Amino acid sequence: MIMDFHAPSTIDELSSLLSNSSEKKHLLAGGTDLLVQMQSQIIEPSTVIDIKNISEMMEIKDDIDGFYVGAAVSGMTIIEHQAFSDTWPGVIDGVKLIGSIQIKGRASMGGNLCNASPAADSTPAMIASDAKAIILGSKGKRDILVEDFILGPGKNILKSNEVLLGIKFPKKRNNSSGAYLRFTPRTEMDIAVAGVGVNISLGDKFQIEHAKVSIGAVAEKALVAEAAAKVLIGKKVDEEVIEKFVSEVRNLARPIDDKRGTVEFRKQVIGVLAKRALNIALERISHG
Amino acid sequence: MARKHVVTTINGDECDFLCESDETLLSVIRNQLRLTGTKEGCSTGDCGACSVMLDGRLVCSCLTLAVEAEGKVIDTIEGMSEDGNLHILQRKFIEHAALQCGICTPGFLIAAKALLERNPNPTETEVRYWLAGNLCRCTGYHKIVEAVMDAATEMRG
Repeated sequence: MIMDFHAPSTIDELSSLLSNSSEKKHLLAGGTDLLVQMQSQIIEPSTVIDIKNISEMMEIKDDIDGFYVGAAVSGMTIIEHQAFSDTWPGVIDGVKLIGSIQIKGRASMGGNLCNASPAADSTPAMIASDAKAIILGSKGKRDILVEDFILGPGKNILKSNEVLLGIKFPKKRNNSSGAYLRFTPRTEMDIAVAGVGVNISLGDKFQIEHAKVSIGAVAEKALVAEAAAKVLIGKKVDEEVIEKFVSEVRNLARPIDDKRGTVEFRKQVIGVLAKRALNIALERISHG
Repeated sequence: MARKHVVTTINGDECDFLCESDETLLSVIRNQLRLTGTKEGCSTGDCGACSVMLDGRLVCSCLTLAVEAEGKVIDTIEGMSEDGNLHILQRKFIEHAALQCGICTPGFLIAAKALLERNPNPTETEVRYWLAGNLCRCTGYHKIVEAVMDAATEMRG
C-alpha cells in the first residue's frame, strides 16, 4: 500500500485534512514511536500527517498566565529552553529521561503524552504541575487536565478528528518547585519500573501550602496521589509526615508483576522515590 | 502515487532525491545517495549507528522519514573530514584504537562531535551519558570515552 503523506503548515490546513475522510490518519511529531511501529509492521498507515511545519505545534511561549509548549517541540529544545527549565525543573527531570540524545532530538512531550504509556517519563511531572492538554477539534479548542487526557495503556481521550495542539502550564506558584524520579535497572536507555512527580509550594512558615503528586508505571496510567498530597498540606516536613506520605503513596499504587518488576518491589520502590522526590523539590525551593 | 521530490543540503551541497513517502532517511542516504558511511544497526532507534545531524540536531536517521528532510540541512560522517584531513575526533579514535569492527564508529563520531560543539570540556560522566544512545559490542566503551576526552583536550588547544 502506498502511504499518503501530508505536511500542513497551518492549523486550518490540518483541520481540513483531519475532517477530510473517516479513514484512520497517523500524526507524525518526532516519529520515535510511529516509525518504530511502521518498521516492525505493527501498523501500516495509509495516511501520515507531519505536524512539525505548524508554528503552534513547534513553539514554547511564556505568556502572563504561564508557559505553553507546542505538542511537537522536541525534548532537546525543551531541555535547552532556559526559562522553562528554571520554572519547571521537575518536568525537565522527566523529559531528560526520555531515551537517548538522538531520541530526544526528535521525540516530543506531546508524543509522550499521546502515546499514553503507563511508564511515560514526562507525564507524572506534567500532572504534578497541573498542566493541561490543549486539544484542537473541528469546533475549536478545548483543554483538559493531563491526568484526564490519558485513559489507559496506549489510549487517550482524542477523537478521530481531534489533535493535541500543546501543553499549557499554569503560572508558577510563589516559593514552589518540583521533581521527577524514576527507578530503572540501568541509568540510561530504560523504561521506568516506577516513577514519581512531585510539585509543592511553601508558605511563610515553611509549611507546605500546595502539593500535587503523581505516580507512574504502578497502574494502568499515571495516577494523581491525592491522599498522599493531603498528608503534606499545612505541615512542616518532618520524619512523621514523610512516613505517612510514603505509606499513602504505597497504598495508592496498584502495579502489575512483569519482567521489569514485581508488585511487591514496585510498591516498595514507589514510596522511596516519592520521599526522595519530595526532598529534591524542597531543596530546589530553598536554593531559589 | 508519484514518488516525492525532496530538496535538501547534505554535507554542504544542495541535493535532491525522489523517495517513497514511507521510506526512511537512512534508506535514502545509503541506498540512493550511496553515502554508506552511515550504518544501519537496529532500525528502531536503540543503537545510534545511523546517527546524523538534521538541522543541527543529533537524530537517528532510521526514525526519520526521508520526506521530512525537505528544506533541511543534513550532515553525515562523509562531511566530517576537512580538505582530506581527518577531524581530530577521527584521528583520536584511531590513536586510541577506539574501534574494532567499525559499524558503530560513524554514529559515535557524529554524536561525539555534537557533544563537543555544545560542551567543549565535558566530564567523563557527561561523555558517557551523551553517548548512551550509541551501542558498541566490541570495545567495551572505555577506549571510545578516552578518545573523546583526548579529542576535547586537543580541540580546546
